[in-house]
Amino acid sequence: MLVQILFYAFATVLMGSALGVILSRNPVHSALYLVLAFFTSAALWLLIEAEFLAIVLVLVYVGAVMVLFLFVVMMLDINVEEVRKGFTRHAWLGWLTVLALVAEIVGVVAVKQLGIDVTKAAVPVAADHSNTAELGKVLYTTYVYPFELAAVVLLVAIVAAIVLTMRKRQGLKLQDVGAQVATRREDRVRLVKMQAERRE
Amino acid sequence: MITLQHMMVISGLLFALSVAGIFINRRNVILLLMCIELLLLSANFNFVAFSRWLGNIDGQVFVFFILTVAAAESAIGLAILVVLFRKRRSIDVEDLATLKG
Repeated sequence: MLVQILFYAFATVLMGSALGVILSRNPVHSALYLVLAFFTSAALWLLIEAEFLAIVLVLVYVGAVMVLFLFVVMMLDINVEEVRKGFTRHAWLGWLTVLALVAEIVGVVAVKQLGIDVTKAAVPVAADHSNTAELGKVLYTTYVYPFELAAVVLLVAIVAAIVLTMRKRQGLKLQDVGAQVATRREDRVRLVKMQAERRE
Repeated sequence: MITLQHMMVISGLLFALSVAGIFINRRNVILLLMCIELLLLSANFNFVAFSRWLGNIDGQVFVFFILTVAAAESAIGLAILVVLFRKRRSIDVEDLATLKG
């Protein structure tokens, strides 16, 4: 019973924050609502006993990705009113899509023939069962090759993000070590032969 | 008692809301990126739920990889956004018509 109350509470908050993300006028508010959505999703994943992914969702999304989002939103000086000018013109199309999608999903969920009974609770796990250990066992044996590839994808993303946003400021005086080392004597010193002059 | 149906309904509603968000905020690139994050989250919901109810951990491994790729995607997307804003002083999708597509 308690689990059910918690589930409905978190589900309500999740839907509310999703609405907040798509409807708020200020992008900063949208980003903060998205943080709330990720937190409540993590809570829901804890409820269905996927502990490791719940923690990863908070650490990776709230801790890294959303901070990046907030940073960019606040760094860019966006004229909110101008961006929201065409707000209501296409809203009906959006809500029509929502209705169609909800109808389709209800159709799928009501079928109840997905190979399993969708109206039953999950088999409860043992009290000493570790979701992290189970995930780790699979991740480092069966899926070790995709795991390495994921690391490479992250590395490429880091390099791409740095290269994209790096820029040389005009008029900035920087030390060029390569040019300094490559300098020859002739570039710097010029010996001039001339007659010695007598002092008056 | 939470059933698989509950999780599927949540995931479906979240997916529908984020698609609506893409339609509503189609001028603002940064909100489009946020809606894509929500969309990926709703897909992850299905993966986690089915992995739990089928007793098969592979679905959660897949969610792990989706999280990785989504983080990379948003990092590159935001980097492109910053460069775009530097060049154009705006992030309006309507302004990006150089290729006349």
